[in-house]
Amino acid sequence: MDTILGPECMNSNEKIQGWMPRERFDELFGALSALGYTCYGPQVRDHAIVYARITSSGELPRGVTDAQQPGSYRLTHSEGGRWFDWANGPQALKPLLFAPRESLWRVARDAQGRLSFTPAAERPAKIALIGARACDLAALRLQDQHFLEGAYVDEAYAARRRNLLVVAVNCTRPASTCFCVSTGDGPRAASGFDIALTELDDGFVAEAGSPVGGEILGTLVFDAASRVQVKDADEAIAQGAQQQVRSLPSRNLRDVLFDNLDHPRWDDVAARCLSCGNCTSVCPTCFCHRETEEPQLDGTASGHLREWDSCFTQGHSYIHGLTVRAATRERYRQWLTHKLGSWHDQYGRSGCVGCGRCIAWCPVGIDIAEEATALHGGGK
Amino acid sequence: MTASPYLPLEARIADRHQESDTVFTLDLELTDAIARAAYRFEPGQFNMVYLYGVGEVAISIVSDPDDEHALGHTIRRVGRVTNGIAKLRKGDCLGIRGPYGRGWPVEEAQGRDVVLITGGLGCAPVVGVINYIVRRRDLFGHVTIIQGVKHSADLIWRGRYEQWATLPDTQVLLAADVAGPGWPWHQGRVTALLDQATLNPANTIVMMCGPEIMMRLTIDILLQRGIREQDIWLSMERNMQCAVGHCGHCQYGPQFVCKDGPVFCYPEVKALFGVSGF
Amino acid sequence: MNPKPKIAVHKFASCDGCQLAFLNAGEKFLELAQLVEIVHFVEAGMVAPDRPVDIAFIEGSISTPEHLDHIRAIRGHSRFLVTIGACATAGGIQALRNLADADEWIAGVYAQPRYIRSLATSTPVSHHVKVDFELWGCPVNTPQVMAAIRQLLFGVMPVDEHDKVCMDCKRSQTVCVMVTQGVPCMGPVTRTGCGAICPRFGRDCYACYGPAENANSLALGRRFEGLGLMPDAVARRFLFINNAAPVFAEAGRRWSGADD
Repeated sequence: MDTILGPECMNSNEKIQGWMPRERFDELFGALSALGYTCYGPQVRDHAIVYARITSSGELPRGVTDAQQPGSYRLTHSEGGRWFDWANGPQALKPLLFAPRESLWRVARDAQGRLSFTPAAERPAKIALIGARACDLAALRLQDQHFLEGAYVDEAYAARRRNLLVVAVNCTRPASTCFCVSTGDGPRAASGFDIALTELDDGFVAEAGSPVGGEILGTLVFDAASRVQVKDADEAIAQGAQQQVRSLPSRNLRDVLFDNLDHPRWDDVAARCLSCGNCTSVCPTCFCHRETEEPQLDGTASGHLREWDSCFTQGHSYIHGLTVRAATRERYRQWLTHKLGSWHDQYGRSGCVGCGRCIAWCPVGIDIAEEATALHGGGK
Repeated sequence: MTASPYLPLEARIADRHQESDTVFTLDLELTDAIARAAYRFEPGQFNMVYLYGVGEVAISIVSDPDDEHALGHTIRRVGRVTNGIAKLRKGDCLGIRGPYGRGWPVEEAQGRDVVLITGGLGCAPVVGVINYIVRRRDLFGHVTIIQGVKHSADLIWRGRYEQWATLPDTQVLLAADVAGPGWPWHQGRVTALLDQATLNPANTIVMMCGPEIMMRLTIDILLQRGIREQDIWLSMERNMQCAVGHCGHCQYGPQFVCKDGPVFCYPEVKALFGVSGF
Repeated sequence: MNPKPKIAVHKFASCDGCQLAFLNAGEKFLELAQLVEIVHFVEAGMVAPDRPVDIAFIEGSISTPEHLDHIRAIRGHSRFLVTIGACATAGGIQALRNLADADEWIAGVYAQPRYIRSLATSTPVSHHVKVDFELWGCPVNTPQVMAAIRQLLFGVMPVDEHDKVCMDCKRSQTVCVMVTQGVPCMGPVTRTGCGAICPRFGRDCYACYGPAENANSLALGRRFEGLGLMPDAVARRFLFINNAAPVFAEAGRRWSGADD
């Protein structure tokens, strides 16, 4: 077989980039499904780009782009009919691995009051996600650190993670809310993918990021990308980087934030903030979750679940009669000082990957970059 | 250890003691013999105690790690879950998982003077370590036990304090903000008791638990008395749900209280200690 | 074995819709009947309003002079008193009359106003007697009511679900209707419990579960203005099903110009 992108390419220093003509893109779905993967990919649903089960390129968001502003997300027509000519949607990888709601265990109680506990036995499907962005991969790395690399491993996350394959698509059309260049996380996917693609008008420059990614590309028997194609792809990504208009004032704001815990800006943002938790729910790195109980009405069994929580809820900081963070000012400060501050201590970097979701999906358009800049001493 | 860090094991209430109107102690025994034999903990660690159909709460273990019998959990009836647990009787079953977190520095304290300070009703974590030290009295230097309560009637385990006061080289100092009749000890703040304590800063380790405002004032006095910051240890309390550093509720600056604490050396938490909202 | 706990379902000024959380529960209602003795529930055929019960569920607001006596009597013989729905918990849609001249309205609506004996205000049960637990919603739903009963039967207080609708909206992976369509969704100030049902069907939340904890109605109202709503339209978003809930009433006053 004439494989130019086989696993061996992983061993060379210079990655070989292949050329996947647009009309042969659907072979990717075939190759993934032959390996037992269920494909998830971007589609237009409910006025947004969302990731859902997908079986062919016909379901991709063809000729669609996203116009994002603080508190606003609109899909519009894009010339050229590309499939990945948009920045991102409200979610990407997070809900596939860190489930918004799931059972942890069940317990039954017999007539004598004896309890028997059974762990949730989920057998996760093999999922291939097509269309992850560099910011999503940076966030995935952080979620892996949090759920897998501490003293305790989260088994549910681990099982889903083992079964995940990622096809990244480099970002060539950032939204106005994007600032991954400033966080150092994009727009080119540098690692954490199995396959990375860069979309051009007539096809994709493809590169393997893992042995399995190399095998898949190998079976598809593509030509090597031409020098012009590689250059066009590089330029498209570079152009995407240049288009970004937002930035954080620094990659490490820990000391600035903790030195400014009484800054008047906290009151200012609290007056605007709804403490609705949307920012944390769309944030690809936020991991807070709460445990809840769902007993059967007859009292003979109960389910113990976990679901996404947010530091913007009252329950988040509640301890027997005392709410540590009753006021919005304290909740917003908790979020920002953790995300941009204490993350450096806990995970060796900031918790922000520059995806801009918290800006677009904030119902009142609070802009993390603007708030951080104001707290940093500049600002409007 | 359980297979999933989130999965409780069944435990039976081997005994129940009502300590005061609102405080009670449950001695819990894992029903599975293998799990019971394998269970080890250190003073200051906690278990997640699960009330069937209702939910879990973090409760520190007050019994001695070398005790063969059940695990002691002293609980104040205050929220949904603890009010429900309060209704359970001897022989009833609930779930426990643990132990979690970092306990008191009992190894480091050996050969040194130990000052144990508690305030309010949050004395259970410290009483556990007092019992531990008292049982191994020879391993430690001078021991000072300081406890403050709001009202003299809030003091539980009065007999134990009286007994500890009779031990050699052991000083017991008690205070109540409001003293009822027959209160032989100090009336006023717990912080005032420190003046009566003999402290040898070079060789003293302090362990404390209580309301953060009380701990903050106490730390100020201790530092004035020459105690070094790294010799002050305190047990913190935050919302804990997963107990393994995953759920995020107890995040406190660079720490997760559940797994990095609940016992901290003061310099570890100093930056945010006393800043309201964290 | 202990005798079965007794429950009652009482109706005041209401549409009866919340009682359907029981009646439409299907098998769950039969299961409930095994667990408790339903001693008073007129729509289900049991009539004994004066019998002491362990849990009394109250639907409806206090709207007539008779209601005042009746609710005090119920409180007197009920261990736990739980309000169900917007009317009993916040005064209901009918509390809009608190903002108007009640006599004038009655005269405008009824041919023979002298037969109407009604209080000038519609008020929540909690204004008159101690309420042990409130279940918000218009109407409340079966899982919500059954979960509360289950917790009470376990001997603990039910969970007070007071987070914003947005939390459940995001958990269900619903795309935000306000951000994508610019519709004035009340989700960010509204208490969850409905499962974000309106946004899941692509429309804006209209706050039938009442205010969430720490609701910033001022910031949301300003955002609605930014979306193009006139002040009167902003006011009507708040002055709807839970118009008498203090945080909504305040926003309503602000945007209807009543504060000027």
